[in-house]
Amino acid sequence: MESKISISNLNFFYGKAQALYDINLEIPEREVVAFIGPSGCGKSTFLRTLNRMNDTIPIAKVDGTVLIDGEDIYSSKTDVVALRRKVGMVFQKSNPFPKSIFENVAYGIRINKMQTSKSDLNDRVEKALVNAALWDEVKDRLSSSAFGLSGGQQQRLCIARALAVEPEVILMDEPASALDPIATQKIEELVVELKKDYTIVIVTHNMQQAGRVSDRTAFFMLGKLIEYNPTQKMFTNPDERLTEDYITGRFG
Amino acid sequence: MLSALMTGLTSACAVFAIAILVLILTYIAVRGFSAINLEFLIDTPKPVGEGGGIGNAILGSVLMTVLATGIGLPIGIGGGVYLAEMGSNWFGSIVRFLADTLIGVPSIIVGIFIYTLIVLPMGRQSGLAGALSLAIIMIPIVARTTEEMIKLVPKSMREGALALGAPEWRVTWNIVMPAAASGIATGAMLAIARISGETAPLLFTALNSRFYNYFYDQPMASLTVQIYNYATGPFDVEHQMAWAATLILVGLILAINVAVRYLARRRY
Ligand SMILES: Nc1ncnc2c1ncn2[C@@H]1O[C@H](COP(=O)(O)OP(=O)(O)O)[C@@H](O)[C@H]1O
Ligand SMILES: [Mg+2]
Repeated sequence: MESKISISNLNFFYGKAQALYDINLEIPEREVVAFIGPSGCGKSTFLRTLNRMNDTIPIAKVDGTVLIDGEDIYSSKTDVVALRRKVGMVFQKSNPFPKSIFENVAYGIRINKMQTSKSDLNDRVEKALVNAALWDEVKDRLSSSAFGLSGGQQQRLCIARALAVEPEVILMDEPASALDPIATQKIEELVVELKKDYTIVIVTHNMQQAGRVSDRTAFFMLGKLIEYNPTQKMFTNPDERLTEDYITGRFG
Repeated sequence: MLSALMTGLTSACAVFAIAILVLILTYIAVRGFSAINLEFLIDTPKPVGEGGGIGNAILGSVLMTVLATGIGLPIGIGGGVYLAEMGSNWFGSIVRFLADTLIGVPSIIVGIFIYTLIVLPMGRQSGLAGALSLAIIMIPIVARTTEEMIKLVPKSMREGALALGAPEWRVTWNIVMPAAASGIATGAMLAIARISGETAPLLFTALNSRFYNYFYDQPMASLTVQIYNYATGPFDVEHQMAWAATLILVGLILAINVAVRYLARRRY
């Protein structure tokens, strides 16, 4: 199997408190990998090691290697800006900028100087919104505030914003946890659709969601990776007793 | 029961606070309005009984406030951004402590400081010295409100921009600052209103002038000092003019409030 992301012997600390223990994981290209586990087990922490978002936390310390396309993202040569452009992120709570819908999507394109002209910028924004399945709902009000959108629309706007910088990997941290069932379904359909072009890692606390959207599932507990298997197998015939207990809802 | 009592008490306090404000404003309006006319607004002060006005004082106040704001606002906002974004070290703590101390220092002391530093070497009071002391009063207020407003911007918004590959300074400049803009503008407005009402530091630094003066290196009249002079004069006409000038000052401050609120209204 061809790994897009390859994690080995990853340990992670917040100051003295260890949050991740010796994680080894291979994430294949153009697949959806779901991270599940009880809250506080380190899913978000782990996700944020993949685009070095934890760099913003002064006390954070990472040990081990994360290779993306074979390159060590924690090497001193790594350009963090380029890394984050390649590895996009969608957050648990939608976080649009205090700008118009258009400018939200254009922001990443502008800062990375990707546009060749005004019309190219418009095209890129439109493409991102189409790919995030939001274009039809907003095309007539691109210049109005992003805060006027519904929760589900805001989250898809954040996905569009991430897609606009043409990433290869998209990290999603419980992207639907604050949304109603219909908005959630839209996001799930979108994830399945995006898989054709992107490698996706999605954190979820919703078992059914992991079952519906992912090809592989990783189960974490107390900072340790307990089991990593194809989702089908994980949900029907897990290797570990703990996984079975969690999935069947005996704790969590 | 307790909740009803608390609601009653707090409402009573709110009504009391507003009532005092309304009372002061009405009183100023009633006392001042009759003395206001065009001549009063554009004329310079004249000996008692010959009329005269506050035109030069209005000009002086505007000139000094504009210069003080031009100096104080950028420095204050810049300092606030530094404190919010990079000020979690010992240097930041010292700056924060000094700013808080300066906010608490009576403004007359700032006046004495500028008197020693600028007025004595220059050999005379000047609009520049007045504006500088106002700027010094303004800087810590603006810096601290800017810092607080920036810290209110949700971390998630910042992370959203960083995750797109934006460097820190761009995140600060085009995400955090716009998100905090209306709060920063409100702080700036309060600071401008505060300095336009200052008298004590201007007494030593800008002194006063009986003429229209457009030059910052000369003594300059101001509304507040003019009000002080009129109010402490022996004659009733002077007191009348003090009230009228007060009304104009309050009106100007109100206009600044409205203008800044309009500029800082949330567009997104
Ligand atoms: N910024 C932080 N500073 C210190 N500890 C943190 C921080 N963020 C998370 N943690 C701790 O790390 C552990 C894992 O948290 P997290 O990755 O958010 O878990 P999950 O996403 O699975 O709910 C928790 O014990 C949490 O309290
Ligand atoms: Mg989490």
